[in-house]
Amino acid sequence: MEITISVNGTDNTVDVEPRMLLVDVLRTRLGLTGTHIGCDTTSCGVCTVLLDGTPVKSCTLFAVQADGRAVKTVEGLKQNGDLHPIQAAFKEAHGLQCGYCTPAMMLVGSVLIEENPDPSEDDIRWAISGNLCRCTGYINIVKAIRLAAETVAASS
Amino acid sequence: MTTTQHHHAPITTPEVGGIGHNVRRIEDDRFIQGAGNYLDDIVLPRMLHMVLVRSPLAHATINSIDTSAAEALDGVVAVVTGEMLAGYNLAWMPTLSGDTQAVLATDKVRFQGQEVAAVIATDPYVARDGAELVMVDYEPLDAIVNPMQGLEPDAPIIRDDLEDKADNVAYEWEAGDAGATAEAFATADRVVTIETHYPRSHPSPLETCGVVADVSPVTGQATIYMTSQAPHAHRTVFALVAGLPEHNIRIISPDVGGGFGNKVPVYPGYVVATAASLVLGAPVKWVETRTENLISTGFARDYYMKGELAVTAEGKILGLRVDMVSDQGAFYADAQPTKTRAGLFHIVTGSYDYPAAHVTTKGVYTNKAPGGVAYRCSFRVTEASFLIERLVQNAAYELGMDPAEFRKRNFIQPDQFPYHSPTGFVYDSGDYETALDMAMDMIGYEKLRAEQARARAEGRLMGIGIASFTEVVGAGPSGEYDILGLKMFDSAELRVHPTGKAILKLGVKTQGQGHETTFAQIVAEELGIPATDVKVVHGDTDNTPYGLGTYASRSTPTAGAATSMVSRKLRSKAREIAAHLLEASPEDLEWEVGAFHVRGSPESSVTIQEVAFAAYTNHPPGMEAGLEGVHYYDPPNMTYPFGSYIVVVDLDSGTGEWKVRRMVAVDDCGVRINPMIVDGQIHGGLAEGFAMSNMQWITFDEAGNCIGSNFMDYLVPTAWETPRFELGETVTPSPHHPIGAKGVGESATVGSPAAYVNAVIDALAHIGVRNIDMPVLPDRVWQAIRDHAE
Repeated sequence: MEITISVNGTDNTVDVEPRMLLVDVLRTRLGLTGTHIGCDTTSCGVCTVLLDGTPVKSCTLFAVQADGRAVKTVEGLKQNGDLHPIQAAFKEAHGLQCGYCTPAMMLVGSVLIEENPDPSEDDIRWAISGNLCRCTGYINIVKAIRLAAETVAASS
Repeated sequence: MTTTQHHHAPITTPEVGGIGHNVRRIEDDRFIQGAGNYLDDIVLPRMLHMVLVRSPLAHATINSIDTSAAEALDGVVAVVTGEMLAGYNLAWMPTLSGDTQAVLATDKVRFQGQEVAAVIATDPYVARDGAELVMVDYEPLDAIVNPMQGLEPDAPIIRDDLEDKADNVAYEWEAGDAGATAEAFATADRVVTIETHYPRSHPSPLETCGVVADVSPVTGQATIYMTSQAPHAHRTVFALVAGLPEHNIRIISPDVGGGFGNKVPVYPGYVVATAASLVLGAPVKWVETRTENLISTGFARDYYMKGELAVTAEGKILGLRVDMVSDQGAFYADAQPTKTRAGLFHIVTGSYDYPAAHVTTKGVYTNKAPGGVAYRCSFRVTEASFLIERLVQNAAYELGMDPAEFRKRNFIQPDQFPYHSPTGFVYDSGDYETALDMAMDMIGYEKLRAEQARARAEGRLMGIGIASFTEVVGAGPSGEYDILGLKMFDSAELRVHPTGKAILKLGVKTQGQGHETTFAQIVAEELGIPATDVKVVHGDTDNTPYGLGTYASRSTPTAGAATSMVSRKLRSKAREIAAHLLEASPEDLEWEVGAFHVRGSPESSVTIQEVAFAAYTNHPPGMEAGLEGVHYYDPPNMTYPFGSYIVVVDLDSGTGEWKVRRMVAVDDCGVRINPMIVDGQIHGGLAEGFAMSNMQWITFDEAGNCIGSNFMDYLVPTAWETPRFELGETVTPSPHHPIGAKGVGESATVGSPAAYVNAVIDALAHIGVRNIDMPVLPDRVWQAIRDHAE
């Protein structure tokens, strides 16, 4: 069936089988490979995208469920060609190692600091508790999200 | 004699970014923009998709395989069976331990999840539909699900494919001196014993394993994109398995989403996809699901260990005896050096000085997935470190001593290095007491002990656990260490371009460790070329020198050393060119990072960049043009990182639940190239150690069904459960490594599990609890408390 999804601000019309997962449409039909697949069961969160601004796990969402809605992926994080503060903070605070969970972590972090400009360590840990990382022990991911919040606060 | 030093200031400026600078990672720019290039991101024209059909049974004879319904499905291009592969002599393959493994089963299946057939289709969804339609008729056999069953005299022989195989023993191996150890035990005042199972675990990197095989029907060139920690070794194995000429095989390991040992072995899916591409003349992609990853690839641990420590009443260790049985699964398929069949498990004597030790090991085949990869660990060092650190803790309790004091009485002293261990290692350097003192200071050890005494009086449970581990990493010296005969040296190739920028090519391969930055920093240190001006190339066998890959914390000890050495070769040539430019003799030049000047006249100077330009535009007559070289580094010894970790837990006696209040980790990995990256490596290892001690394990039922086949049953800690770590460091350089570095990727996974478990046991030691097997689950703790209730 034909569906239209707004992805990173651009409408895309694709013809998909009803069983096709959103993550597969993003990756294979639209070429947006920054969204990853890790567990197939909504457990690890590396497939997280923002659906109408809310983090969802795109490996357990049918693409047809996103028809007429807006999706944001890591490729849409940059603002006017500049890195989003959360992207800069992940590099600055060494918030990534293999990079596989990173796009999802940054998307979740970006929503958190929008909703809560001054998050505590517990706030951050709770916000990312649906996203696994095997490399960092989360220490520097927490630092990176906190740094991004501070950067945004300082610039506004 | 070794010297431990505090930080000394970097010799390069932050702009150059040599050793000691927290250079922000060069590779991060692509990852933070979603532009990493992982295996599943690779799409080739006309690419087909493969899905494997796997056995639902742990042990069964295959009566027949009916592929007709699958073949009839629209979109299915081919269905491959073991019988078809046998026609190409590809139904079996060698493993990196010198065993053989079925690629697709022909006679029997020997573990649940074993590869039986492959369906190849134009679309991945259709390939999965096709796999559902392959009908396999099995005759079930009794399954052996633990090694003790496998050793029973009437146990069915799992590996009846091996000629004359009359038992289920995969290997037997020993180290140390049985006679001397027996004497030590005869004179001991006390013998402290522990029996424990280090449970089966899985590295489970967030990216699963996969391959895109592209064999050109025109040229025969095989380009194989693969999630590989060891691309060169894998190329050689492919040449041996598939009979393809090695120069026609190019392995490309793209960005790898975590490895931790899971991506060291060669898996059947890689071979089937390559064979299918060869036959079909089109690229074939295969990517595991998470369940496939957890049930069929690269398990770790599963060691049943008995350790005995002979001690005097005064608290001196006299000897150690260890007997270990490992569950290898159906095929001995992990990578082990040829001469050490139980890996480096004989480092089990630990950080302590005593004359005698004897270690006996036995690997046993079972009807479980091929196991025994070194999960973030240098060839079984994790299990060894766990056992000795649990034993010394219990010995302290039996003697009524503080566990820290007992350790200090037995530490190898700084003036004893190089230290010859009773199992044959030569420890390069160490200062164990300084590290333990620092950890005790950081955590406030004495105060905690006082608090514990008060807590016990109040009926509250808290525990303090220590681990003072020593690792052996950096395999290794070529006389002793090889994989399938391939010596474990490693390599680096460096070329400086005319404009002074450089390209460094490595035989090792990052999976997140930050090689593109760390190795550039070594060049910066040696040549003064800014790290950000150095491009690091790795993971492409056509474009890098031969090397054995990244695992066992070996990249810095081997390829890091090679990078240093090749940089120094270039510096020697640069000196000749500089002399030509300055019209001086080479001996009269002095090197200051990044430039040569004539001794006594600093104004007469040329930079490395000017020298590089001259190497292509104005090199001395008679000299070869260019500024490049290669170095193959054969390490003279292993390196021996160490550290002391202390964990404080609070334990709920009602539920058995325990929580980490604090975790202090003091690591000594020698000289730290990029301290920020080193800390990151330690954080990750501490989290994985916590996971193994607290929740991560894979079990099987009596029929051999894997319990733990997805992330809802196999628990990986989230940010919420993971403790908050506090790090400290000492620096004891390796005396034989060109820059004194030792390797750090695995220290924390090796050292920390014992610290967590020791903390829980410490909370219960006063009621007599001496062991709870990992993972230390609340119900086990609760049961232990109940068992020891007065």
